[in-house]
Amino acid sequence: MKPSPHIDFDRNAREALGNEFLQRALRSAMVRFRELQAPVIAEIPEWQALRAYAHEVKLHTLGRLDRYLQQLEQEVSARGGRVHWARDGGEAATIIARLARGRYVVKSKSMTSEEIHLNEALERAGCEVTEGDLGEYLIQLAGEAPSHIIAPVVHRSKESIAELLSAAAGTPLPAEPEVLTAAARRLLRQRFLRADVGITGVNFAVAETGTIVVVENEGNIRLTTSLPRIHIALMGIEKVIPRVADLAVFLTLLPRAATGQRMSSYVSFITGPRRPGEADGPEEFHLVIMDNGRARIQADAEMRESLACIRCGACLDVCPVFERTGGHAYESEYSGPIGAVITPLYRGLRAAGDLPFASSLCGACGEVCPVKIDLPRLLLELRARVVRERGASWSERIFVRAWTWVMTRPARLGFAARAARMLQRLVRRRLLPLPYPFSRWTVSRDLPVPPARAFRDGWSK
Amino acid sequence: MRAALFVTCLVDQLFPAAGEATMTVLRRLGVSVDVPIAQTCCGQVAFNDGFWDEARPLARRHLDIFEHADAVVAPSGSCAAMVREFYPMLLRDEPALMERAQAVGHRTYELSQFLVDVLGADDAGARFPHRVAYHPACHGLRALGLREQPLRLLGKVRDLEVRRLGGAEECCGFGGMFAVKFESLSSAMLDSKIRAIEGSGADYVTATDASCLMHIGGGLSRRASPIRPIHLAEILAAQ
Ligand code: SF4
Repeated sequence: MKPSPHIDFDRNAREALGNEFLQRALRSAMVRFRELQAPVIAEIPEWQALRAYAHEVKLHTLGRLDRYLQQLEQEVSARGGRVHWARDGGEAATIIARLARGRYVVKSKSMTSEEIHLNEALERAGCEVTEGDLGEYLIQLAGEAPSHIIAPVVHRSKESIAELLSAAAGTPLPAEPEVLTAAARRLLRQRFLRADVGITGVNFAVAETGTIVVVENEGNIRLTTSLPRIHIALMGIEKVIPRVADLAVFLTLLPRAATGQRMSSYVSFITGPRRPGEADGPEEFHLVIMDNGRARIQADAEMRESLACIRCGACLDVCPVFERTGGHAYESEYSGPIGAVITPLYRGLRAAGDLPFASSLCGACGEVCPVKIDLPRLLLELRARVVRERGASWSERIFVRAWTWVMTRPARLGFAARAARMLQRLVRRRLLPLPYPFSRWTVSRDLPVPPARAFRDGWSK
Repeated sequence: MRAALFVTCLVDQLFPAAGEATMTVLRRLGVSVDVPIAQTCCGQVAFNDGFWDEARPLARRHLDIFEHADAVVAPSGSCAAMVREFYPMLLRDEPALMERAQAVGHRTYELSQFLVDVLGADDAGARFPHRVAYHPACHGLRALGLREQPLRLLGKVRDLEVRRLGGAEECCGFGGMFAVKFESLSSAMLDSKIRAIEGSGADYVTATDASCLMHIGGGLSRRASPIRPIHLAEILAAQ
């Protein structure tokens, strides 16, 4: 996508709609996700109660973030880990680059590290960085951004993946998934064995015990956190939860909503570095706790619940807009409904363009979100802010103001209806052009033919 | 039982037959229907597009007009949801108004919801000898939780055959101003919906909302399709 002063989602969407391969790939991947998720969600009779509980835990924690973060710091430190605080992405990247300087790094999949463009910072600090997650590794080889939280390469064909891996392996590989996966595994294994520093994200950080929890399916995080000498975990301040007991709920919700699995293949609980007498684990454990705009959202009562997101991707999978645009159209690491909500919060209403309006408000996202974030409500709030703070376009303002002016008096409505019928006749005889917004409607749809009489004309009888 | 008809601006101006059909069905089931003459529009168009200051006076009018009704029935899940679910949000800075909104909201129903959940009637005494595909409109489906009600009513219509609609719960792409602001996305969503409708083998496509039907109907008409959109109320009124 070409850079522009603000995100032009409409233009990006048109481009995506014109890409036939992308349309087919997205549709089949999203349908597949939904088909996997539905049965494992349906088999939990208390699913709705669990969602509500998870929502409560998250909002409770978000209301007392400083307390829980302090507790987390104490517990991590007490177990020999080091905690670093970062006000923004730049600070976080600097801290991590300083710890890793000049070393060989493997990094596992982490949205937060995408958010702060960590790889670039590490490369500037003289590190060689390899993504340990297969999808992220391919994205790295292609020099692209991930296009889906869970399926970062959903926009690429197996042929193009074969090309990427052939170049990396220095030998031509056929476009067969098994061959390609095996080749990628061989390439990645060598790197895990060589790495001095492992960097991961954090799914949940438990304040009570100073434990960080990371879930995955490929085993690369297990390697990242056990082979290298130094483990650095990066988390946003919103990832803390109070108690170990709450994990039972989150670890039930997350894999089912994310990939339709009952349980992720690997769930790593990491509490401090290797202790005397232990056979493996890193010598140093660093936890970088980053704000990067989150505290501002936390203080914003109406938008706070957006921080409850556990990055499962389910709202993307059910979104009819995402299914047709893919992630790159959002020009942000965070795409789909949650991206449309948080990108304007992180980057500002002006930079986000029309993103909060890029939804038919069908509500599928809010219905599926495992932590019950009311995404349509958040979009509505943002729309009101855009109109209030940034202002809508002239044509829109005129249309909406005229509409509400007419609708505040039945007499005006009666008059306007007669006038509209007359004008419509002129339009049909091509004596007048169709005005906005009707002109945009008729690109692909006919307008209804107005009946001779409105319902209200018959009321008097 | 007495109920006030909240006809909605769209049905009033463009689909009066759906309004008349709603009256017919309610009366047939023994409800006496009032039609408050001053009603216009609930303000949803403005609200959904972020124009809350413009929507508020319309919400206030709506409450003044419907406040004294025992029940308010609308041939639209979306407009009923606006009053039930979104007025409290729109009016949150005016606690007195918000309270009134909640009271009216509790008594506001979409037609099929009113028939099945309030009257306990799933047979409207209708006959409609056609093959029909049912599109669950999003706001009715997700904001009001209407899953069973419309289908139960359709199931009791004599000589009507309900045809299965693929991807039924996917949005048709209307979404108010979304349909024009993101015309290409909206049209792509409509395209999928229409392909599913054509694949269903139905002669008619029905829904609880005139807005979705206007969108779907606009697409069917552009394709010169023989399939007709028809409001659920009109099927339930047919004999
Ligand atoms: S908003 Fe909800 S559904 Fe979307 S990614 Fe976050 S947790 Fe998952």
